[in-house]
Amino acid sequence: MKTWVYIDHFKGEVQVASWEALGLGKSLGAVTAIVLGSGVDAVAKAAFEYGADEVIVVDDASLADYRAEPFASTFSALASSSTPDLILLPTTARTRELSAMCAVDLNSGVLTDVSALSVDGDKVTVTRPIYEGKVLEKTVCNAKPQFVTLRGRAFPKPAQEAGRTGAVTKAEAKADVKSSVEGYSATEAAVNIGDAAVIVSGGRGVSNNPSLGDEKAAAEKGFALLGELAGLLGGAVGASRAAVDGGFITYAHQVGQTGKVVAPDLYIACGISGAIQHLVGMRNAKLIVAINKDAEAPIFKQARFGVVGDLFAVVPALTVALRKRLGK
Amino acid sequence: MKIIACIKQVPDSEAKVKAENGQVTWGDAPLVINPFDEYAVEGALQQKEANGGTVTALCIGPETAREALKHALAMGADEAILVSDPALNDIDSVGAARVLAAAINKIGGADMVMFGRQTLDNGAGVTPPQTARVLGWPMLGWVGQIKVDAGSVQVERVLEEGRQTVKANLPAVLSIVQSIGEPRYPSFMGIRKASKAAIPVWSVAELGVSVPAAVVTRVEISNPPTAETVCEIIAGETPEAIAETLADKILAEKVL
Ligand SMILES: Cc1cc2nc3c(=O)[nH]c(=O)nc-3n(C[C@H](O)[C@H](O)[C@H](O)COP(=O)(O)OP(=O)(O)OC[C@H]3O[C@@H](n4cnc5c(N)ncnc54)[C@H](O)[C@@H]3O)c2cc1C
Repeated sequence: MKTWVYIDHFKGEVQVASWEALGLGKSLGAVTAIVLGSGVDAVAKAAFEYGADEVIVVDDASLADYRAEPFASTFSALASSSTPDLILLPTTARTRELSAMCAVDLNSGVLTDVSALSVDGDKVTVTRPIYEGKVLEKTVCNAKPQFVTLRGRAFPKPAQEAGRTGAVTKAEAKADVKSSVEGYSATEAAVNIGDAAVIVSGGRGVSNNPSLGDEKAAAEKGFALLGELAGLLGGAVGASRAAVDGGFITYAHQVGQTGKVVAPDLYIACGISGAIQHLVGMRNAKLIVAINKDAEAPIFKQARFGVVGDLFAVVPALTVALRKRLGK
Repeated sequence: MKIIACIKQVPDSEAKVKAENGQVTWGDAPLVINPFDEYAVEGALQQKEANGGTVTALCIGPETAREALKHALAMGADEAILVSDPALNDIDSVGAARVLAAAINKIGGADMVMFGRQTLDNGAGVTPPQTARVLGWPMLGWVGQIKVDAGSVQVERVLEEGRQTVKANLPAVLSIVQSIGEPRYPSFMGIRKASKAAIPVWSVAELGVSVPAAVVTRVEISNPPTAETVCEIIAGETPEAIAETLADKILAEKVL
């Protein structure tokens, strides 16, 4: 089976799930990595180190900023001339769009957000959660190439083998200019809660500490406490929608139905009540810990460990206790 | 300014959806407009208010999907069209995109077509870009702010990495996210108007397309394994004492 893996990156910063896709591709046989962008030599180099046998690189100034159309047209042209059977991609906002459009160009189909995959000959059957994970479906794509985007952290990340190299094939970009990027404002350091092994998440409760002033002031302090704990554990800060709507933290952090679906090893929910729309975003975490003032909060039904208490007292104490044990 | 908002009807997110005898069931839980699509309708109405024009709600679905269209009408959409045909029961996303594109052309095109980011049922989020591709229009995904200016549109895309400002010529396809603002509640007048509105139903034949054969097909559905979690409440005299116990418990799970 001819397998390609698309390495998704933002200005050279690779989405970790791209390496997970490469690891999965590798387990099926030889694998070709596809890298599109401008000045992406380092990405191609890393692709070899994570297991690619061949890397096809399209390095072109017109691909400096991701835009759906030139990326899709370039990728479709590559795939129609080399006819891969299976194309694996990490699941991101970009790859959903890219694979969707290429599936139209190539008269094929796309299976998104896949959590398991099995192969029989050159036929792939995938498992994907539907109805917000309430039901699992097994689906197939009856045309080639089969586009499959993988859910982050559903497949193991391969080890990086420093210095491993291979043959780079250069290809041409295809012009398909329908939009232009006028600007880009990083409101803060890039947040990708989808990749994080640990998420410390805050809800409306993070703004509830009158001794610190108004809600905004309390939330600033509250999220700083969560950030310290997340930092100690090498994790990221998540949030409920109430915290995002309150203006306490940006949308990129939101976990749940209208935010992001995450599956970290550890999820610590602080001051989050546990509404269904939040639960669908995090209930696949390996270990869930809830800290909430209200013993009746539904979040406790989802958690393995719970603390009924004030997060402003419990979270910093937990940071201290874990720091001691981790020797950091 | 002519705007089309594409919507879908789905079981409410509180619904107990499960796999039963090879079918997805949700008991008598209510069907609602896909919550993500409410943002699309909201975005469309905001643009109508800013630039004048009309908003048409468009939906592929069974007869019951009228209710979702009525919700869009009650929010303020000017008209609604239902594409309904038993032949469409098993289409995949590329098929849906081809049918939507045909319906958009039959409406007479548009300046902007707006979608929600994804649906609650399938959750793939691929129909908006696929519709854009079939139409050959630019795709602007995950949009939180829209400004139209003489034949072009500038949007702010809300991405993981930050906010990206992108400009494209009209017509264009947009998918809208929560940052557009809270969807408005249907007004009393809106509900009355919606209840009286005639919603034309188009069949595939009327669209002049053949039913696209599904390339993606489902072979099995199942219920996810239910992990019975029993929550262990960690108690203690002081937050510090609780934290000490909790830290030990977390480390014992070997997730760090
Ligand atoms: C269409 C739709 C989509 C949605 N999508 C999402 C989504 O993607 N993500 C999401 O999260 N929500 C989503 N929601 C909203 C969801 O229904 C809830 O309203 C939201 O999750 C509540 O957030 P919360 O738990 O932070 O706030 P609340 O429900 O207000 O809970 C706050 C909790 O904090 C506790 N608390 C207060 N002070 C403290 C303190 N000092 N210490 C400890 N605990 C404290 C309280 O006991 C309470 O349990 C959506 C809703 C709709 C209708």
